[in-house]
Parts: sequence; structure tokens; C-alpha cells
Amino acid sequence: MKDFREKLRGDYLLLLLTGASASSVFIIICLIIYKLIEGSWLSIQRFGIGFFIGTEWDPAISQTFGALPLVFGTLVTSGIALLIGVPISLGVGLVLSEYMPRQLSFATSFVIELLAAIPSVIYGLWGIFTLAPFLRDNVYPYLQALLGFTPLFSGPIYGGGVLTAGIILAIMIVPTISSISRDVFSAVPNSLREAVISLGATRWEAVKIVMSYARSGVIGAVVLGLGRAVGETMAVTMVIGNRFQVFPSSLFDAWYTLAAIIANEFTEATYDLYLSALIEVGLVLFLFTLMINILARIIILRALGPMRGIARE
Amino acid sequence: MMGHPYKFEVEKLDAYFGARKVLSNINMKIRDKAVTAIIGPSGCGKTTLLRCLNRMHEIIPGARVHGKVLFNGVNIYDDEIDPVTIRRKIGMVFQKPNPFPMMSIYDNVAIGLKLNGVRERKKLDSAVERALKMANLWDEVKNDLQRSGASLSGGQQQRLCIARALAVEPEAILMDEPCSALDPIATEKIESLIRNLAEEYAVIIVTHNMQQAARVSDFTAFLYLGELIEYGSTRELFENPKNPLTEKYITGRFG
Repeated sequence: MKDFREKLRGDYLLLLLTGASASSVFIIICLIIYKLIEGSWLSIQRFGIGFFIGTEWDPAISQTFGALPLVFGTLVTSGIALLIGVPISLGVGLVLSEYMPRQLSFATSFVIELLAAIPSVIYGLWGIFTLAPFLRDNVYPYLQALLGFTPLFSGPIYGGGVLTAGIILAIMIVPTISSISRDVFSAVPNSLREAVISLGATRWEAVKIVMSYARSGVIGAVVLGLGRAVGETMAVTMVIGNRFQVFPSSLFDAWYTLAAIIANEFTEATYDLYLSALIEVGLVLFLFTLMINILARIIILRALGPMRGIARE
Repeated sequence: MMGHPYKFEVEKLDAYFGARKVLSNINMKIRDKAVTAIIGPSGCGKTTLLRCLNRMHEIIPGARVHGKVLFNGVNIYDDEIDPVTIRRKIGMVFQKPNPFPMMSIYDNVAIGLKLNGVRERKKLDSAVERALKMANLWDEVKNDLQRSGASLSGGQQQRLCIARALAVEPEAILMDEPCSALDPIATEKIESLIRNLAEEYAVIIVTHNMQQAARVSDFTAFLYLGELIEYGSTRELFENPKNPLTEKYITGRFG
């Protein structure tokens, strides 16, 4: 009986320890939100909703702060990153899971995942010294000759700017999206591949079946990539040009993002309202990533709906 | 068809997984419009033999085949033959029901036709109905064709897979232990379906269940350790086996 009671005590202890660890995650998130709101309270009181729709950022004279251009900048650079990065990542994921022999695929995955281990400041340096000059001299002039009739690709070319930031971000999200999509494609039961091949499908037709089976997982992978692109700070700050404007004159022009302005101006925030405005930018960024993740869960849950009850091998 | 009394003629067929030989010198002629059962203990190569008949064996990395398989008198392992066109003429049903879970019942049946380039709604509609009727599934699903294929019971899923194979109007149907994951009632339905199919197709069925082979098949092949030990009419093989190994196996003394 005594033994039993001692065992029971162990159970309680385990429950307490695991419960504490589990709830700590939740508590930390709540604390972060609390501190962000507390820190930005001055700015919230002063500007209210105007902070989200304001297009002026003037710490020097009028001391008004509006974050809308930063939201645009963040959305557009992340959008460019997805536009370029997602097709490449899906291609990489498919080659790794469907075409390569297993050992080669393993080695290649290893190298691709190493890309994710490169610190983002290194990406930034590479962006400034290698990628931006290369794009300026060898890519953008041709792009402009081809598409210069649209405002998106007209105007002066500096090397850095919106498109360069998007391209850097695309490179940075490829490892994330491709390694998750590879896992998702590999998890597709072989019986489905065999079923479609036995119907006389070509390799490509079989791959399409694999992709359609894996689509919810792929959406998850893309959203994770989006989360990384939205929050990415250092590399973007180093190449985007950091100019606060509602819209840039073209994709070659400089712009700003939510994350970049915090990193850039934090040390310059010499008075409370300025600092508070920057913290509110942080709050917006946090809510952004939170919303992206919630949206992703909803999409994934919906996508999974008709797939419940299938026999997975 | 076209002067060939046999649907398949297997000649000196060897099959390998890497260096391991799993089939050795198989010679076997398979009749049209009849059920041929392939029996034998686990690991004897019966599934591999089946998969050699529509070139599914080779999609496994490291798998190879030597020898010939004539289908309507044409060697499907000839260099100029595209395996994709062969598989379109030979339907296959697998051990585990494997409908496409992300597709509706309708699309599961129509996919083979769509892969063949059929787009007209009317043609698809009538082919889906015909295939589901042949698979004895039509009455159970006709009011709900847009439901997910994964929502059906195991036996229904397997009949859906049979309908999927039949929709493209193949010339032969290969079945790899189609009832092994099903309960007795579902099994009975599939078995009677197999008998019906034999009126129009060459049906080749792999089974580890000797009673099933005896019930459904016209001809039976007994495979042991990658070799064809005995092949003949089912009745003859079960009632009067010529090889002592066959006798041992069918009387349950090993397996």
C-alpha cells in the first residue's frame, strides 16, 4: 500500500512537471503579447487606428508614426519570395522524393538543409557584395529591356531594392519549404503511386497524383516559408535600401519592412513615443505571423476534411 | 483474339530484386475469358509473377526481368514497347484497397479515362456507370457519386478499385490477393464478381487462400521458391496433383 502511494506521488510529480512545461509555452506567448502591448501603449493611445492606416513616419519633426507602408513592404517582399521560392522548392521536393535514388536524395537533402543553417546576416552580406551587383549588371538591365514598359520594371537600377530583397528571401525559404515538402511527398503511400501507374499513367501524371494527395502538407510548408519570410530581418534590412515610402517607384526601388525598421531604428529611438511606436511595429509583426499561422491551420484542417479515414500505410 | 488462343504466354521468365532471383524460368500460357489462380506459400514469387505481366515489377528500384511475356502474341518486354501503353490495356487490383482518397467516387472511376484523354462528360458518365455496374457497386453509390472514395467500407473500396480498373476497358485484369483485407461477406461479393468478369476478360488472381483458388478459378498455377511446380486445370490440380510438392501444399502439410 505504501509502495502504491509512492508510485502515485511519482505520477503527480510527473503530471506537475509536464503540465508546467506545457503551460510555460502558453504563458510565454501571453507574456510576449502583454509586454508588446505595454511597451506600445503610448503609441496606441496617441495614434489609435491611425497607426495602422497612417502613411507617415516622421520621428524628427512632427513625431507622427504610421505603419501601413511597412505592412505593404513586408507583404510585397514576402509575396515575391513565395512567387519565386515556392515553384523551386516544390521542384526540389519532388526530385528528392520521386526521382532521385535514395542515397543521393539523402545527401542532397543534407546539403539543402545546410542552407537553412547559414546565419541571415551572411545572406545579407552575400546579398550586398555578390547578388546585388550581379543582378544590377547581368539581370535587371535585360528584365527592364523586356518588361520596362510596365511601371514595375522601369526607373533607375541600384542593385538593392524590393526585387533583390524578394530574391534573397526566396533563397532563404527554399530549404524550409523544400525539405518539408519532400517529407510530405515521401509520406504519400506507395500504394497510390502503384495504383495510378497501373492505370497507365506516365511519370508526370503519377507525380500530379502525389502532389494532389499531399496538397495540405504542401500548404503547411508554404505557410511556414511565408512565416519565415515575413519575420526575416537582417538579410532584408541589408539589401532592401530602407526607405520609408508608401509605394516604391518600381521593383528596383528601395523600400522598408516591419522587421527591417525595428532593427534599423531601435538604437536611434531617443524618446519614449518613438520607442513605443517601434514596439507597436513589433506587435503588428507578431499579430501578422500569428494570423498567418491560424489561417494556415484552418486551410490545412479543411484540406484534411475529405481525407479522414483513409488507410495510410 | 486475332488467332491467339492464349492471352499471355510467359516464356523463360526470370525476375530479380537486385542480385536476388525471385522467379526462375517460368513458362506458362494463360487463357482468355477464364480465371487463372496463382497459389503458393508466402515469398514464392506469386505477386512478382503477376506484376511481371503488366510491367509493374520494374518500377521497384533494382528490379529486373529476363525472358518474354507475350500479350496477344506481342512481347511486352520488347525494346520498342512503352510500358505505359501496356498498363493501359491490363487492369490491376491490389492487395489493399487503394482508392484515391482525395477524389470522389466518380473521379476515382473516371481517372483512367481522363489519363487516356477522354474529356466529354457524357462519355465519362456512361463509362463510370458501366464500370460501377460491372463491379456490383452502382446500386450502393449511385445517389452519392461525389462522396469521397475513402468514405466507403473496405469491401466497397475494393470494388471501387475494380471499377477503376474496368473503366478503361482493359483486355485482362490482374488481382493481387484482392480479398485478403476483407471480411467474408465482402470476399464473397468479390469472388462472384470475379466469376462474372471471366466472361469477358482474362482474369489472373494471386491468392494465398486455396479454397478461394478452388472456388473461383478455371486454371491454377502452383509456385514454390520462384519456380512453377505445377500448372493445369484447377480441378485436376486439386483433385489429382501430379507433383508431390503440390499435394503437400494443397493438403496443408506446409505453407
